[in-house]
Amino acid sequence: MCGIAGLFLKTPELRPKLGALFSPMLQEMSERGPDSAGIAIYREAGRGAQPCKLSLYHGDPAFDWKELARDLAAAMGGEVEVERIASHALLYASGAPAALRAWLLAERQDVRVMSAGHSLEIYKEIGLPAEILERFAVPQMAGSHAIGHTRMATESAVTTEGAHPFNTGDDLCLVHNGSLSNHHQVKRWLQRQSGARFQTENDSEVAAGYLTYRLSEGASIAEALEAALTDLDGFYTFAVGTGDGFAVLRDPIACKPAVLAETDDWVAMASEFRAIARLPGVESAKVWEPAPGRVYSWGTA
Amino acid sequence: MSTALMTAPEALDLDRLEVREVNRRLQQAEAGESFEVLNPLGRHSLAVGLQRAVAITLRGHVGYYCAGMNDGGRITVDGNAGTGLAENMMSGLVRVTGDASQSAGASGHGGLLVIEGNAAARCGISLKGLDIVVGGSVGHNSGFMAQAGALVICGDAEAGLGDSLYETRIYLRGTAGDLGADCIEKDMRPEHLSQLTDLLQRAGIDADPADFRRYGSSRKLYRFQVSNLGSY
Repeated sequence: MCGIAGLFLKTPELRPKLGALFSPMLQEMSERGPDSAGIAIYREAGRGAQPCKLSLYHGDPAFDWKELARDLAAAMGGEVEVERIASHALLYASGAPAALRAWLLAERQDVRVMSAGHSLEIYKEIGLPAEILERFAVPQMAGSHAIGHTRMATESAVTTEGAHPFNTGDDLCLVHNGSLSNHHQVKRWLQRQSGARFQTENDSEVAAGYLTYRLSEGASIAEALEAALTDLDGFYTFAVGTGDGFAVLRDPIACKPAVLAETDDWVAMASEFRAIARLPGVESAKVWEPAPGRVYSWGTA
Repeated sequence: MSTALMTAPEALDLDRLEVREVNRRLQQAEAGESFEVLNPLGRHSLAVGLQRAVAITLRGHVGYYCAGMNDGGRITVDGNAGTGLAENMMSGLVRVTGDASQSAGASGHGGLLVIEGNAAARCGISLKGLDIVVGGSVGHNSGFMAQAGALVICGDAEAGLGDSLYETRIYLRGTAGDLGADCIEKDMRPEHLSQLTDLLQRAGIDADPADFRRYGSSRKLYRFQVSNLGSY
């Protein structure tokens, strides 16, 4: 079991309240996944000359992020700014997010790249959702959309790295309830096809890597998910975010739950309706269970 | 006390009461009492284990296992229901005005379950005598290993309808995906039309019984074949 919650705002006026609307949704999914929790939130792009944002994690709470920023600036050029946020750091840089990620993965293997892109930030930790949401001040965050996950681990260890969401390409994130049975095979295939690098043994990171690869081939996220129906084997409900889109897919057997709700102002997705039940305007929302094997997408996904 | 006052439904608000408190009140009620459950907000296991003819309306969407094991209760969900609605129901009436998630009516032994909207996968799985009427369509593998009772589907059925079916009767108005193993279309005889007419009427669903087809078991999977004797 795991819990998923996602909220995609259609009305820009609601953006200042994204974190406040989303946090109780994820908290409601605590019983479905008390091992770890994570939040992917799409906020404003980086700062002026540093439009790239990377969320990073290090196991040492006293880790010297400023030194890392200096090393990165020296290697990649441009100015790099860094802001410590609990066990994570948010790094602002220029250049291409993929190049920054590649440098970090190659040169600083003690640091985990939680996300790289322009608007996406990912925060995840072991523990209960309520504590984690508070630790990273998620209720105070503004943004356009957010996806979160509460994990009950089945397939790999309970670690911060094994927590969802997973980001493998610019501004793409994926959360997963289920388990994939062919992830070793897909991982080897991706490594051969594109030299993809993975940071964990987790099956869901492979699913994220798969979508990143399909996007790099020019697919839309909806097309990438259609292809996943053929190539990924196992049980899954996926919620996927991109810089300006949001998508949901359940496998054709559909053992893993999902509920969608939509109003003129927002689209919400969760493992169970109770996570959606207190959103403003829910009384008049269209509420339905996503059909097995059908891709649902919003924004430019 | 006037009759109207005696029968006015008692309100139970889940924003103020725990699920267990609400269930205890409902389970201890006398036959003929009526209740309105407010703010269900997708909570699980609401109105379960009733053993008397108590009338209950839940105002809003409910979570998993609502009306489970119902034995005589008359329960209406004014909204959608999550996984396992009315599972192992024994008798009484459960009605959902919206959609039901997977495994609705699973293992039900008796009574009537009405889903006015659609039901997801595995509706009526392992049915043992409960009658189910679905106003809309059902998901895949509905009626899986269903043993007794009836499953009426006014819309369509996804693949795997009636897989490994025993003696449940399935009535379908729309189209079926690939039928499950051992499930076949059968003749609609007068006794079937009469059962279907009665079920639609009790469900309050306006549909012409003549538009339905009947499906049942070809009895090849679960009946012993003498040609297999050598295997034993």
